[in-house]
Amino acid sequence: MEIIRGRVWKYGDNVNTDVIFPGKYTYTISEPAEMPAHALEDLDPDFASGVKPGDIIVAGKNWGCGSSREQAVTCLKESGLGAIIAESFARIYYRNCLNAALPALICPKAVQAIQDGDQVEIDLDEGEIRTSDGTFTFNPLPEIVREIFDAGGLIAHTKKRLEGSQQ
Amino acid sequence: MGQTFAEKVLGRHSGNRQVKPGDIVEITPQVALSHDNTAAIVGIFQQMGGKKVFNPQMHAIFLDHAAPAPTTKHAENHRIIRDFVHAQEIPHFFDVGRGICHQVLVEEGLALPGEIVLGSDSHTPHAGVMGAFGAGIGRSEMASIWAVGTLWLRVPESLKIIVTGKMPDWVTPKDLALKIIGDLGADGALYLSVEWHGNVIADMSLSERATLTNMAAEMGAKNSTIPPDEKTLAYLSGRARNDFEPVLPDPDAAYLQVLEIDAGSLEPMIACPHTVDNVKPLSEVAGTKVDQAFLGTCTNGRLEDLASAAEILRGRKLSPGTRMIVIPASSEILREALRKGYVEDFLNAGAIVESPGCGPCMGNHLGVPAPGEVTISTANRNFQGRMGTKESEIYLASPAVTAASAVAGKITHPNTLD
Ligand code: SF4
Repeated sequence: MEIIRGRVWKYGDNVNTDVIFPGKYTYTISEPAEMPAHALEDLDPDFASGVKPGDIIVAGKNWGCGSSREQAVTCLKESGLGAIIAESFARIYYRNCLNAALPALICPKAVQAIQDGDQVEIDLDEGEIRTSDGTFTFNPLPEIVREIFDAGGLIAHTKKRLEGSQQ
Repeated sequence: MGQTFAEKVLGRHSGNRQVKPGDIVEITPQVALSHDNTAAIVGIFQQMGGKKVFNPQMHAIFLDHAAPAPTTKHAENHRIIRDFVHAQEIPHFFDVGRGICHQVLVEEGLALPGEIVLGSDSHTPHAGVMGAFGAGIGRSEMASIWAVGTLWLRVPESLKIIVTGKMPDWVTPKDLALKIIGDLGADGALYLSVEWHGNVIADMSLSERATLTNMAAEMGAKNSTIPPDEKTLAYLSGRARNDFEPVLPDPDAAYLQVLEIDAGSLEPMIACPHTVDNVKPLSEVAGTKVDQAFLGTCTNGRLEDLASAAEILRGRKLSPGTRMIVIPASSEILREALRKGYVEDFLNAGAIVESPGCGPCMGNHLGVPAPGEVTISTANRNFQGRMGTKESEIYLASPAVTAASAVAGKITHPNTLD
């Protein structure tokens, strides 16, 4: 797996899905490619235009609380975001990330050390977050989750399972 | 050692295994719930190569979030869902007007004790009011269940909330839920299975209990459940669509945390903008001017909620500067509310009564606020932008406080009305 490398966008605690991807678009925008334009619209108006492939969101507790809407993950994945590091994630958001093969890493120590605008490197295989303030480790993903991840996400994973069962 | 509800129920449904928190199990749910987001799930299902859904009987599909359709685009969305339901021969389909998914699932006898309900909606823990294991999942996960019938779940640790004593006048389950969320925080029960115990819970009606399992989503819970009792079984008799076997937690089960609450110490509470855990006693925010009052949603749109608001509105008028929107959670509730005269009470007071569904809860239609306006609402979320514009404020309260505030034009304790 390649190394994820990029600039950090840092946010606080309890950032909810309504500000990550506003509810008013949930039934009117269905094309993933149209979603990044509204990413974090109500939280950080500079994000959508400034985010570059490989960039990393670093957040406090309970990132992604609120609605189960997957667009709150898709809009970031489609924007090229490389990973999210948080003190903790809301559980549906966390599942949605892993199922979209967007690394969601729980590492409170790294969150404390990293500042907005820092350059950070993540090595998924080694379980390491490398920053100018040192290296932080995180727990590897559970096996079944890693399998989904390696397939490129849940959609690709299920597709393979379906094809397997139809043979 | 004994087991919690979550350990028992997930163990039973993964081949009668003995499971512990942290284990990963693969589950086939008894019910897979989706709503207006079903059209998007259809797209993902097709992307996965899905043709025929796994067990059509298992699915429950509701049109409630933007229902009836406010725009052509929403209508198109509904049409895709109806076509899919028809082509896949899915029997449990509830079209616009029947009501909100979580409420209708219970009324239709589909949320059953000891069974697993997975829903592509974050308030699926609501189903725990019947002693089911209800958890929210994402759209791709729902599509995957349609395709292959199973999903992985982590066995959660559990939080036991014991409520004893006696609730004071004007204190409702909504106030209890808000108090706990305010104390624990929006992530206070993150990943946890929340069980409700104690004499106060046992004394509550099913409708009151539903407010608790519904609101547990706002403390981050994975699921939330109330052990089924005679009330649960009486309600299900003649209603349950399938045979079921209740699961009760063992008295000696191990909990990550036990929270004991003396109901007598509670008072009416309000969640202030813009988070559900920004909770204050009503006395601290009384007097805040409100432009709109909203009575409804899966949290507090049931008959008893309507009854308590109707009692306050009867013989009174709304404050001239304040509008009030009433949306019964289901058609069954609307019918009863008509029969009991509540609808007439609302209309006489000057309120608007709309057809069952989610209404403006998530900003789709039927009474969204203008920028700068303040809404007092019986819903479960007050996030910035939730009702459509981020320049408006939402206060969450019980039905009685919401109705009293509509009469006074400002946040008001019902016992201070003339
Ligand atoms: S009423 Fe509100 S919280 Fe309940 S299901 Fe509908 S949108 Fe969600």
